[in-house]
Amino acid sequence: MEMPVPSSEIIARKAAILDRFRTVLPVEAVISEPAETRAYECDALAAYRCPPLAAVLPSSTAEVAAVLKICHEEGVPVVPRGSGTSLSGGALPTADAVILGVSKLADVLETDYDNRYIRVQTGRTNLSVTGAVEQDDFFYAPDPSSQLACAIAGNIAMNSGGAHCLKYGVTTNNLLGVTMVTMQGEIIELGGAHLDAPGYDWLGIICGSEGQLGVVTEATLRILRKPEGARPVLIGYDSNETAGACVADIIRAGVLPVAIEFMDRPCIEACEAFAHAGYPQVEALLIVEVEGSEAEIQEQLSKIVAIARKHNPVEVRESASEEESMLIWKGRKSAFGAMGQINDYICLDGTIPVSELPYTLRRIGELSEEYGLKVANVFHAGDGNMHPLILFDANKPGDLEICEALGAEILKLCVEVGGCLSGEHGVGVEKRDLMTAQYTDDDLEIQMQVKDVFDPAWLLNPAKVFPLASSESRRSGDVEEVSTVYNASETAAA
Amino acid sequence: MHEPTDEEGLAALVRDARDSESPLAIQGGNTRAGFGRSVDGTPLTTRALTGITLYEPGALTLVARAGTPLSEIESAVAAEGQMLPFEAPLWARMLGNEPAAESTIGGVVATNASGPRRILAGACRDSLIGVRFVDGSGRVLKNGGRVMKNVTGYDLVKLMCGSHGTLGVLTEVSLKLLPAPQKTVTLSIHGLDDVRAVRAMSAALGSPFNVSGATHSPQGARGDAMTCLRLEGLSASVDYRAAELANTLAEFGALELDEDAASVQETWRSARDVKVMAASEGSDVWRVSTKPSDGPAVAAKFGNSRTFYDWGGGLVWLAVESGTDVRRELSGVASGHATLFRASDETREALGVFEPEVAPLAKISEDLRHEFDPAGVLNRARMASARTVAAA
Repeated sequence: MEMPVPSSEIIARKAAILDRFRTVLPVEAVISEPAETRAYECDALAAYRCPPLAAVLPSSTAEVAAVLKICHEEGVPVVPRGSGTSLSGGALPTADAVILGVSKLADVLETDYDNRYIRVQTGRTNLSVTGAVEQDDFFYAPDPSSQLACAIAGNIAMNSGGAHCLKYGVTTNNLLGVTMVTMQGEIIELGGAHLDAPGYDWLGIICGSEGQLGVVTEATLRILRKPEGARPVLIGYDSNETAGACVADIIRAGVLPVAIEFMDRPCIEACEAFAHAGYPQVEALLIVEVEGSEAEIQEQLSKIVAIARKHNPVEVRESASEEESMLIWKGRKSAFGAMGQINDYICLDGTIPVSELPYTLRRIGELSEEYGLKVANVFHAGDGNMHPLILFDANKPGDLEICEALGAEILKLCVEVGGCLSGEHGVGVEKRDLMTAQYTDDDLEIQMQVKDVFDPAWLLNPAKVFPLASSESRRSGDVEEVSTVYNASETAAA
Repeated sequence: MHEPTDEEGLAALVRDARDSESPLAIQGGNTRAGFGRSVDGTPLTTRALTGITLYEPGALTLVARAGTPLSEIESAVAAEGQMLPFEAPLWARMLGNEPAAESTIGGVVATNASGPRRILAGACRDSLIGVRFVDGSGRVLKNGGRVMKNVTGYDLVKLMCGSHGTLGVLTEVSLKLLPAPQKTVTLSIHGLDDVRAVRAMSAALGSPFNVSGATHSPQGARGDAMTCLRLEGLSASVDYRAAELANTLAEFGALELDEDAASVQETWRSARDVKVMAASEGSDVWRVSTKPSDGPAVAAKFGNSRTFYDWGGGLVWLAVESGTDVRRELSGVASGHATLFRASDETREALGVFEPEVAPLAKISEDLRHEFDPAGVLNRARMASARTVAAA
């Protein structure tokens, strides 16, 4: 993978730049010792690492503004960081960039049940937003798998989804307002406790902009009353095609489950070995969850089971208790952990039209054989958001490269069948150079023109989202090949 | 009037307009004429770009060309037991228009037009998952696609929604759908004052019963105040929730249950199209989006005016004496923003239609518009603030 060559001129000014930071931040909020910046050299796309010039951890919006103003004046690139759980390298720094971490901004600022919102600082973790309101039976709907660790700042940057977005939508549908600091250090309030924008939908464009337009320090989020209850049903089929057809039929039938999860055989086997959830050994498993009162749950589940039975399932298991529900979810929720136990893997997240599910799974199977790497599939079937996990051996030279090449083929397949490269993880550095598979040069140009407006000098997270060749004329500096952490000797030498 | 029949033809027209610096007035069916500042220029309608290009009931998604009549889309999805989630309003009557054509889906998207279900299912912008459009340079562009979850690149889909044709001419839109309800009922409470009504609506919306509409009319059909709540879904579920909701709201009085399909439909169509404001001819109509609990303070400021609350109190429609600067009156009274929805050209020019933006944001808006439409040929003054157009 390529990254811009770090500016030696900026690196040479490091001491002076740090001195300026110390005029606006407490000493301990400016991190520059190599032993300490190591924590900021990568995110959850751990194959790529680079120590930043420095990391700064402001404690207020005013401090964020002061830091950005300095970086703007000094021409220093800034990489905003929430909790560093990005799977696409969204928080990967370069050696001349400052990591701006919002982890110290973690307070709840206001909770308003009458008007159904909560205002938080964006370093707060996703799950702890719900944690702040669940004693009063409210919750914050978007629930990415990393919700224990991931920050609202990153959720906004990547427009994160989760398992339950079929009913509740993704971050952008639950975001009411933000306090944002521009690269120039100006503080702007967008939206609030009211609905919809007076002019252009700035919230809409900020959400999902991968930290390239501004740094969001506070967010007003919609909170919802918890449903009375929820219950899953487990349905097993002897082919992916049949499971895919069942998903489409459920959606057509007028019931809207809160989640429809899909696992294929390689994934089922790994999860079963890891979590012992008692999954049947079938080709494809669906977990369909519905919500409501006891009577409502019964009504919806009976409809879903009737549809499922028309497709001759191998097994239908309706949960009869809280324990059984937890067991059904336990396997699914440990899928990534289970895979990590048996192999190194990369996780893709292309989205496809639900109708293309059977064809896409078949093609992934063929590609998997062609490249000689196993692929396990676990994904949000209701909204077509795939999560193919490509298994490889990090210790085997060249395996990661084959894995990445296979990943690229699978993502191009998603686009080919009418879908997209990323449903919820974002583009980051990971899918940056595949953007031309989905967008024309003009389509990319108009997006980059939006960045030009917010950040004319292209200092905010500059080497992300857009193919480096496309953004070349806007960024400063050439590009160079960056080795992965798996090439251990080279990394150590560098 | 330009009436291109395909996207490439439309792009060629825009390129000509750019080259000759001849402004265009972009429209669909023109049913929402009068919303936004008046614009000079040769009318360009998208209404000849019609047709549903893709509808997948099993994926709850639909793609249609921008000029497709809204009614055609609603019929097509209704035939499959589905619906547009955001309940697109028809504002022609309220705006005093007698349009020759029908409301188009492009017009709905360009104005981010959303009805009572906005509180549960989101606005038009929340259902919009893809767009194709021609920008002011005549480039044919796309963003988003036909899948519900898509974070590939910037979300220009949201930006285009509600941009009133000032950033580009929409040629195709992709929308997310929902299953249509098996049963819909209205629960109403009579005689609540505005403050109590908003409290009742907040209690309903803060319940687990998925209330999909919450309106309050201080001057209801029978002459007294009337607060309406809507429940939709599978029949047994609606019955259950109606009973539970009545218990939850017992302190606000007895809830009257309307299960008559025709009457329920009429109640919510009236709310959706804000029919009550159509009857206030001669007045200016404003739409205030605020924190629901601030709603009554907004209405109280205009005590003698006709008012109507939607979105649980968070959307306040006001019919006020012509020329009233509602924004100035509300300064310091309520959060949110006020839109001048219906007024004479002069008033719209004098007061501005949309809430003015703070200086750094206004600059971003202007720079963005310049990137999308460097020659300033697309609906140029439509979203302009008060009396700045001459300078532009």
